[in-house]
Amino acid sequence: MIATDEVFSAVATALEPFRKEGTPIAAETDISQDLTLDSVAMLDLLMELEEKFDVSIPLNLVPEIRTVGELADTVRRLKEG
Amino acid sequence: MGLFDQFQDLMRSHAAVKAIGADPFGVTMERVVSPTEAIVEGRPTILVGTNNYLGLTFEPSCVAAAAEALETQGTGTTGSRIANGSYGGHAGLEEALARFYGRRSAMVFTTGYQANLGIISTIAGAKDYLIIDADSHASIYDACKMTSATVIRFKHNDPADLDKRLQRLAGTDGNKIIVVEGIYSMLGDQAPLAEMVAIKRKHGAYLVVDEAHSMGVLGDKGRGLAEVAGVEADVDFVVGTFSKSLGAIGGFCVSDHPEFDVLRIRCRPYMFTASLPPSIVASVTAALAMIEKRPELRTRLWANVNTLYDGLKRHGLMLGPQKGPVVAVQLPTPELAVQAWQALLQSGVYVNLALPPATPNGASLLRCSVCAAHSRHQLERVIETITEVAYQIGVLSEPARAAG
Repeated sequence: MIATDEVFSAVATALEPFRKEGTPIAAETDISQDLTLDSVAMLDLLMELEEKFDVSIPLNLVPEIRTVGELADTVRRLKEG
Repeated sequence: MGLFDQFQDLMRSHAAVKAIGADPFGVTMERVVSPTEAIVEGRPTILVGTNNYLGLTFEPSCVAAAAEALETQGTGTTGSRIANGSYGGHAGLEEALARFYGRRSAMVFTTGYQANLGIISTIAGAKDYLIIDADSHASIYDACKMTSATVIRFKHNDPADLDKRLQRLAGTDGNKIIVVEGIYSMLGDQAPLAEMVAIKRKHGAYLVVDEAHSMGVLGDKGRGLAEVAGVEADVDFVVGTFSKSLGAIGGFCVSDHPEFDVLRIRCRPYMFTASLPPSIVASVTAALAMIEKRPELRTRLWANVNTLYDGLKRHGLMLGPQKGPVVAVQLPTPELAVQAWQALLQSGVYVNLALPPATPNGASLLRCSVCAAHSRHQLERVIETITEVAYQIGVLSEPARAAG
């Protein structure tokens, strides 16, 4: 079992380069609306998280991931099998 | 919100590109005079971005076969392969492809895009896994969107990452289907196929290889990367296109699977579109015979690859990682790439401009494709023009010029 916080903070760190000034990254942050990453950057980011947590994030799940919190939950769920 | 508001960002970036000069995505070839020359904006232009690797678009035997089929069989089939659109020529071409690859079966599609779309989306069932290279062509990604299979990407050309991804799936039900390309269209690099086949075997997976850019180009017989790597027996499905080395349009898949033909009544991109016109089928059949009969076309192509790749490299330009018929000149920014592309067009050289997000790692590329029909003189002019432009825009500097 890995702590939600551990995954969330790793996700938030990975998203840091795409943060708009003055807007902190929170669980409710909408990845496509509130951050500056495009679909390609999102795929690269997923690759980075897959590497870090030793999981594969199926592409089919990506359209369902809207917020940073949902992304962290997805990674955690996959990690725990 | 307006219907087209979703495209605002795209329209803005396209407008910015057009503001610099000619539209790289809206070029009209006013008159194509040979596989390597056209009139563009009223100027004679050398074509170095056509994927016409063997230069067969004006091959007399292909043109004659197409003309005869046009005269005798009409302009189009007006129907699907599963209705009135399977002529003798379609069946003949499928037999010829199966023979060429030494396979049991072949299916001909109306485009290469549809071949990938159809094969990949149909063979992967709901419980299966598609494991695709991260730099896959749009047709492979689109095929994945059409399936209910689980889709997993592995790092581009990275067998260790592929192995890791398959390892994570160990113990799960469902077939594992790996999809790779022979030559990747943007940077021109090849899949490390022998290593990937070893991993495929280890995990009991299936393997699809898209030989779109490698058919007719790689291998003594021109069968592509699987032939060079000596692993043809381990490739379960070869997908390819008629719009590159075969000089026309269309797509195909060959396989030894005994039940392959069921795809004809299940594969929607095969079933719900009109089949290829008889003239195209005839020219492709003739071009396939050329690949077999004239290996010197490949020899000439590779001599030209050496000339262009080595010539550009000697001047210090940054190229793709592997020598091949796609020679990608990498520029530092999209703006410089657009500027260079426009300057080249004005100097009578057409290359493809490839910008992010269509490129790997956000690269900005002047994508050249070499043709067997390029003359030495044409390629020297291309090298000289690209180099000149690179100096003009400051990508190459004077000391390198002196050394070059």
